[in-house]
Amino acid sequence: MSRAFVGTRKGLFTVDVGADEGPTISRPAFDGVSVTNAVRDRRDGALYASLDHGHFGVHLHRSDDDGTSWSEIAAPEYPPKPEGVVDVNPMTQQETDWATQLAWTIEPGHPDEPGVLWCGTIPGGLFRSDDRGDSWQLVDALWNVPARAKWFGGGYDEAGIHSVSVDPRGPGRVVIGLSCGGAWRTADGGATWQVAATGMRADFVPPELADDPDTQDPHRLARCESDPDVIWCQHHCGIFRTEDDGTHWVEIEEAGPSTFGFAVAAHPADPGTAWFVPAVSDEVRVPVDGRFVVTRTRDGGRTFDVLTDGLPTGASYDLVYRHGMDVDAAGTTLMLGSTTGSLWWSPDGGDHFELLSAHLPPIHSVRFG
Amino acid sequence: MAQVTFAKALQRHVDCPPATIEADTLRGVFDGYFAQFPAARTYVLDEHGAVRRHIAVFVAGELIADRGGLADGVDADDDVHVFQALSGGAT
Repeated sequence: MSRAFVGTRKGLFTVDVGADEGPTISRPAFDGVSVTNAVRDRRDGALYASLDHGHFGVHLHRSDDDGTSWSEIAAPEYPPKPEGVVDVNPMTQQETDWATQLAWTIEPGHPDEPGVLWCGTIPGGLFRSDDRGDSWQLVDALWNVPARAKWFGGGYDEAGIHSVSVDPRGPGRVVIGLSCGGAWRTADGGATWQVAATGMRADFVPPELADDPDTQDPHRLARCESDPDVIWCQHHCGIFRTEDDGTHWVEIEEAGPSTFGFAVAAHPADPGTAWFVPAVSDEVRVPVDGRFVVTRTRDGGRTFDVLTDGLPTGASYDLVYRHGMDVDAAGTTLMLGSTTGSLWWSPDGGDHFELLSAHLPPIHSVRFG
Repeated sequence: MAQVTFAKALQRHVDCPPATIEADTLRGVFDGYFAQFPAARTYVLDEHGAVRRHIAVFVAGELIADRGGLADGVDADDDVHVFQALSGGAT
């Protein structure tokens, strides 16, 4: 059996698949509240959920009993903007508020650093906790990189960190992805950072700026656990893959109906296998020809299968957000959820899908754990 | 003593019962209230102490003017109401 946590506009659902008695979807935790993301910490079994209360701000919760009960923990808080500091969003020409607008992703740290969590936020700050989320510290070294002056929002007004990819080879090695500000890498727990988006290409800026790594818009990064130099990227302008931990990215120019999309899932053991959910384009964010499909490559991006079995045969306008698809630790069970509240799973890497529900709230995130 | 009341929409998420607080500014009222009910603070104020963008605070039936400094005066027996604004909420 595989368990997944499905964050939606109206609460957090626990979904079990693969058991003899068939799939189950729980009643929601945080009923009526927008759950941005939820994750299990495999080191100690704890669950973490990031809530966006809208009116009442961002709040994080932890469960130490598998979701039976939840306790509120600290939320990332930005320090006061120092006197005299000018921090202007280059796109809006408005001052950036140093305040948490969204805790977009929570990621447990390396197994050798128990208690360490990372949280990527809008407006672009990365936070680190050393005590299971009881307190958070802004990672100043990344917040203060000169390139941040070039960052701007992608989907939101301000830049945001949506991907925190912890390198299994050792504590302190992390690659993050942010919209829009490229990808960044640290090898020392966040003390120093290097841009890691060279090779990505943007078509939302003039041609002379297209290759600037500081303003790329990776929608999502997904790393191969067993070959961690391999990271896949669903980018605003296509699909990219690195074989050297982000030092250089190579574009994959053909991927079935489209290379535009938001989500990507990487096979944990096979560096050649990844899944994507294509949509038409930036301008038209619906499936190509109104036909919802998943694409899969098993040869590093040279060719793609277009997976349709069990997916809608008629008109379908589902869009899967960047955190909306995941594969389990075995690399066989896939789950994805859409903005129109449809949730599918596959027991065999996408060869066959089964609809779990067409009536959930809009789905932000799907995560096995 | 100002009477502080929070909307039902907030009461379902965090402990914030009605209370009476003695202070002559909204900052004083909130400081006194959140000293008693600390978990409610971050639902109403952001990390810099300003009223969250989509929270509406009324003192004696008037929307407050100083959302950052909370310098609005509060008279004895004023009602302080905290609501969710109709902008920016859940859909």
